[in-house]
Amino acid sequence: MTMAEPRPLTAGPAAPASDYAGRPVYEIARLSKTYARNRLTALTDVSLTLHKGEFVSVVGSSGCGKSTLLKIMSGLLPPTTGRVVLEGRPVTGPRDDIGMMFQQATLLPWKTTVENIILPIEIRQGRAAARAAVPRAMDLLKLVGLGDFGHVYPGELSGGMAQRASICRMLISNPAVLLLDEPFSALDELTRDFMNMELQRICAEQQSTAFLVTHSLAEAVILSDRILVMKPRPGRIVEEIVIDLPRPRTLDMINTPRFGEIVAHIRDLLGKEAFQ
Amino acid sequence: MTATPDPNADTVWVEHEALIDRIPRWVAMLVLAAIVIAIWDLATARTGWVSPIILPSPAETLADLIFVGHNLLTGGYMLDALWTTTRTVFWAFLIAIVIGFSLGVLVGETKFGERAVMPYLVAIDTMPKVAFAPLFIAWLGFDIASKVALAAFIATFPIVVSTAAGLYAASENERMLFKAMGASRMQTLLRLKLPTGLPHVFTGLKIASVGVMAGAITGEFLGGGQGFGALIRQSASTLDTPRVFALILYLSLLGLALFFAVAWLQKRLVFWNKADRPGGVG
Repeated sequence: MTMAEPRPLTAGPAAPASDYAGRPVYEIARLSKTYARNRLTALTDVSLTLHKGEFVSVVGSSGCGKSTLLKIMSGLLPPTTGRVVLEGRPVTGPRDDIGMMFQQATLLPWKTTVENIILPIEIRQGRAAARAAVPRAMDLLKLVGLGDFGHVYPGELSGGMAQRASICRMLISNPAVLLLDEPFSALDELTRDFMNMELQRICAEQQSTAFLVTHSLAEAVILSDRILVMKPRPGRIVEEIVIDLPRPRTLDMINTPRFGEIVAHIRDLLGKEAFQ
Repeated sequence: MTATPDPNADTVWVEHEALIDRIPRWVAMLVLAAIVIAIWDLATARTGWVSPIILPSPAETLADLIFVGHNLLTGGYMLDALWTTTRTVFWAFLIAIVIGFSLGVLVGETKFGERAVMPYLVAIDTMPKVAFAPLFIAWLGFDIASKVALAAFIATFPIVVSTAAGLYAASENERMLFKAMGASRMQTLLRLKLPTGLPHVFTGLKIASVGVMAGAITGEFLGGGQGFGALIRQSASTLDTPRVFALILYLSLLGLALFFAVAWLQKRLVFWNKADRPGGVG
């Protein structure tokens, strides 16, 4: 397949990221992870920096180590070697300035929506602090458009509403970084598109620094400032792509030639891997 | 010969439900009861095919039901017997819940419990537990204690197994969420694993509520004493079959009460486990 490339899509790891990037928030250098049990090298020599307000995605085939990378970044898994530093402090375990969101909303069904949102506060600082956080939780619910659903049990929320509530739970402790593990992949496509636009709006309003792991190339392109392409055996970052589509992004951009170009480029990169 | 359908006309499909599927529940139950009682009456009182010692007629059974009911309501010796059995069942169920739940948490939450305790529990569970009755009588005597022990012994295992299974019920995502929130092991147990496992625990409690009745009555059969089981055995040994039937029916009310008490508690505590919540907003 021959495709005209009017502009270079890639920026090497050595090249500076984007010009508008703020101060570095999350810094990872020469990170590697080897599982001692089966001597499997899940990650090798991974370096990346997230800047304030930046949205970065990771794409790659299954087994490329992107989930491992996210677990290390969230403090759920210790790395083997390397530097993992958030806001100047090494990440050695789960921290309250790390916000996480999973594929499933995982709201506790015996707690109301607002009780679910203040759960991280309740676990870390006790019930009194959690009660004090209720007004803020209600504000967050308004931010995601669930203002009237605070005192409803999760069983009555749709899949998209439940994920919006889990966004609130992630934001309640004012995290320095948002780690998103395929957050909308269990939703239907229309809801998913809508939620992606909502996520963009929320991240812009909160000036969040976000890191997204996804299978969907379109989702990665529409949301990200930069995309890191990973390949397996051993898991590593092979390319960094700066997405130069203007912000705010709209769903119409999916139909633009530039969007198609970027997606095709990534698919080409990943496709080669599949047949090796 | 039927007329050829007009291809231009709209077809109307009518779904017919068979007559037997359209009967309301209470009518169906009454009809079935009437059929069974009619056959029963025919076989005993009308034709005498079945000896009254083997199966009394419906009328005889009804007379004894009224007699036993009257004795119970007027505080006769049968009420004392029922009270004894009720106490046995109550204490046995309580003991089974405490021991069963504790062992269930031990097995479900700790590696030690899973690796060391569970195999022994499985081994004991496969034994016919009624066979332990003579031992309990030898240890605890012919009083209520030996019956409590047997009934609790039988009812404990389903609670252990269901509690342990309940603690595994929390999903990988939920565990990861709690880990990411920095929850301690105790917090994860109390705030996540136990509430998630509660429906399982109640399943075990329902099975145990049936087992505890069986255990109490078996204990009274084998160990004598003052309970309803002893009363049934005495009536059976004098070939008073109508009385046996009447006593069993009243005993089943005790079992039903226990079962529905557990079901009621489940409905209150596991309120979120319903498909749809009437009333909408919680």
